[in-house]
Amino acid sequence: MIGALTALLGAENVLTAKEDLVPYSFDGTATFRELPVAVVFPRTTEEVARCVKICREHQTPIITRGSGTGLSGGTVPTPGAIVLCLVHMTKIVEIDPANLTLRAEPGAITADIDAAAAEHGLFYPPDPGSMKISTIGGNVAENSGGLRGLKYGVTRDYIMAVTVVLPDGEVATFGNACVKDVAGYSMKDVFIGSEGTLGIITQVLLKLLPRPEARRTMLATFSSMEAAAETVSAIIAARIIPCTLEFLDQMTIRCVEDYTKMGLPTDCAALLLMETDGHPAAVEDEANRMAAIARSHGAMEVTTAADEAESLKLASARRSAFASLARVRPTTILEDVTVPRSHLAEMVTFIAETAAKLELTVGTFGHMGDGNLHPTFLTDELDEEEMKRVHQALDLIVSKTLSLGGTITGEHGVGLAKKMWLRDQLGDASLNLMKKFKETIDPDCLLNPHKIFD
Amino acid sequence: MSLKKLDFSILQQCMHCGMCLPSCPTYDTTKRERNSPRGRIALMRAVATDEIPLSKSFADEMSFCLGCLACQSACPAAVDYATLFETSRAEIEATGVSVSAPRRLLRFLTLDLLFTRPRFLRVVGKLLRFYQVSGAENLVRKILPKRLRELERLTPRMAAQFSNDLIDPVESGDGSSKKVALLTGCVQDLVFSQVNRDTADVLLANSCEVHTPSVQPCCGSIHSHNGEPEMARENARRLLDLLPPQDFDAIISNAGGCGSHLRHFSKLLPNDPRAALWDAKVRDVHEFLAEIEVRSPDVAPFEEEKKVTYHDSCHLAHGQKVTLEPRQMIDLIPGIERVDLSESDWCCGSAGVYSLTQPEQSQLLLERKVGHIRTTGAEILLTANPGCVLQIQNGVPELKIMNPVSLLAQAYRNESKKL
Ligand SMILES: Cc1cc2nc3c(=O)[nH]c(=O)nc-3n(C[C@H](O)[C@H](O)[C@H](O)COP(=O)(O)OP(=O)(O)OC[C@H]3O[C@@H](n4cnc5c(N)ncnc54)[C@H](O)[C@@H]3O)c2cc1C
Ligand code: SF4
Ligand code: SF4
Repeated sequence: MIGALTALLGAENVLTAKEDLVPYSFDGTATFRELPVAVVFPRTTEEVARCVKICREHQTPIITRGSGTGLSGGTVPTPGAIVLCLVHMTKIVEIDPANLTLRAEPGAITADIDAAAAEHGLFYPPDPGSMKISTIGGNVAENSGGLRGLKYGVTRDYIMAVTVVLPDGEVATFGNACVKDVAGYSMKDVFIGSEGTLGIITQVLLKLLPRPEARRTMLATFSSMEAAAETVSAIIAARIIPCTLEFLDQMTIRCVEDYTKMGLPTDCAALLLMETDGHPAAVEDEANRMAAIARSHGAMEVTTAADEAESLKLASARRSAFASLARVRPTTILEDVTVPRSHLAEMVTFIAETAAKLELTVGTFGHMGDGNLHPTFLTDELDEEEMKRVHQALDLIVSKTLSLGGTITGEHGVGLAKKMWLRDQLGDASLNLMKKFKETIDPDCLLNPHKIFD
Repeated sequence: MSLKKLDFSILQQCMHCGMCLPSCPTYDTTKRERNSPRGRIALMRAVATDEIPLSKSFADEMSFCLGCLACQSACPAAVDYATLFETSRAEIEATGVSVSAPRRLLRFLTLDLLFTRPRFLRVVGKLLRFYQVSGAENLVRKILPKRLRELERLTPRMAAQFSNDLIDPVESGDGSSKKVALLTGCVQDLVFSQVNRDTADVLLANSCEVHTPSVQPCCGSIHSHNGEPEMARENARRLLDLLPPQDFDAIISNAGGCGSHLRHFSKLLPNDPRAALWDAKVRDVHEFLAEIEVRSPDVAPFEEEKKVTYHDSCHLAHGQKVTLEPRQMIDLIPGIERVDLSESDWCCGSAGVYSLTQPEQSQLLLERKVGHIRTTGAEILLTANPGCVLQIQNGVPELKIMNPVSLLAQAYRNESKKL
């Protein structure tokens, strides 16, 4: 098999030495590790399709990989698998300002896509914390969210078409450049968020928006996490849809400040990063109303970024939250639970109480406007006893989330990390249908096996 | 020191988020994980846990890493890449996985002989100078084989006078209120001794009494970086003996690469009480001038207005986190317009002896840097590390390259002319 792959791609695009493989045995997720048997780098859809056919002949599982920043173990190899890495397929094929679309290869970096759109005065809104390195293929496969999800939605909302290499090596395109399209089932939606288990995405057609004319970024500090959560609920109840309502607790603020040294207030219990964008007059009005709501809900201080540069700095500080938390302890275990927004305050309190009860260190931050929280346990994977308590805490948080009508994962996907809870959330009927679906499309279970469910 | 003996939590600190990948010049070239910070740390961890042996392939990977520390600036998780990298290189040297006779000899000549014996280094420098100005150079160039000819061309041109010819051991002006020690460096001393003179002048103009011992040991940075911690320790001890930190308000370095190493003597010599005090007193000259509120000159350094741009040396920007101060200092100087250089903190490929060990990657980085410099349209490139000056000058021989301190010194000198 290696011989056939080498003949197809050339020796420089097929790695098999152990020193080459070790760095592909993990992704951004803590504790999961497994060596692949090889890593291959195709450069065209055609090459991807032929790789799939070769692997199929040898019944070798394929783990598709972008930049490996996934947070649910999606690119961690299963034993005997090869990694198919798309980082050389980075072209932005075309930007069509007349139809407001952008066509890109799967390895294109999320931030580069938005930068290319910006050159035409256009905007690609989904901006996951990892945008400077995550690939669009990974974003589609995880249906990633970002800081602007509240107003602009998630990756799914910007996918007009995907070209996919199917498990039998056939190439299919789902969707097109039309704004409306009801010809048959919406198959593209099946591939969005499929975590590399149904097909390999080799091209995407993205929807773009006009770039907002103005933007205002504000920081509000609170003496309790509940006050911050209530502010968020109140802003939404006041029928304001800001583009960003991000939340950091004190532990997270301290770590981010330690990294950025930008002078964040480290003595408050919680911080809200609020941003509104759009027409200058509307921005002005919304910003004033949000500041007033924050104050009337107990904000200690509300400050406004002086200029675009400061806004960008604040957003990138927020993006570093997760990795900054890793300063504290050797292992960082992060959750992605999401609840209906009216339950935010309750959930935030529950997380803090659970951590205190089990004597664990937790930092919580998240996309508060989306009800999406990232409680992050700071621990050490080598300490078995503490890890047991971490898992206990995770179980409690998941049960609470489900009892509030929430989901075990808002944006990171199930992968390996969350599959033990999937049945609890979906129930038998849903889960069994999903499995049937997978079996129909990928009967030999070649694409990313044992991810999402067994 | 070995990876196995290293505190394992330093290795665990990397949570493999990948946020450093876009900042790493070698990953940018190959897009392979092993050539990225996260991949290299994974390999180090695998060596520490016996998952892989300390192989030739591992040694090659550590040689391919520039040690530019851009990853350390980018890493939100505070991974101490510098320690991991130096430990890996030290272990590679100690186990000898990448030995070959010529490599041994070269290392012996440079690390053991030249860069531990400052007087001998100067003698060699004088001989080189003679070789370069006497005409022997041209003759030799004609007869050397091609590969050696290319290497020979990379030999920097020696200055006519070294630092000790230009700077007295103690200099002071009227009303000097601070006592500082000036480190003259090795390459800086031989090739850019005028920069040392300029540094002394600028310090004098800002009320400092400047102590510059005429014979100074190498700071040991080159040894530490190339896996010879014992020699680095020896050099550190000699410096502590020569310049006891309690005697000075600050110890000034003007070469990015040295300064980055000079601040970490307490890591090298954890049991020497002087080391921590030394670390606390070491300052990059720009940083120190910003702290004491450098006096802005009244006069421009040149007759005409000049457009300049600033390149961050890796070990000043990433190793010492000094990025704003040099720019602020340049902006104080009249008659100078500073334009931004894109990717100003992307390595130029100099990286110590990298241009010798990894010529291809070094050349790629140099071309990228030169491209950006050309785009700015600047007449003068300012940068504060001798290695960068040599590298970039090789790429654009016609460009004027100066240390920011020299530009300031020039402006101060013009003030006195005007009087
Ligand atoms: C610091 C940090 C911050 C983050 N912030 C956010 C955030 O704000 N919001 C968010 O949603 N996520 C976030 N993430 C998670 C992660 O970055 C996203 O899931 C991202 O989309 C993954 O992109 P990638 O290129 O790294 O994909 P990978 O990790 O390489 O792959 C992820 C999954 O997608 C599959 N896949 C990748 N490419 C393809 C393809 N072309 N075809 C089919 N399947 C494919 C893989 O098999 C795997 O299952 C963050 C991660 C980090 C480390
Ligand atoms: S070195 Fe830092 S930025 Fe890079 S992967 Fe590790 S933790 Fe992330
Ligand atoms: S030191 Fe430079 S070359 Fe080495 S891993 Fe870090 S960023 Fe990459």
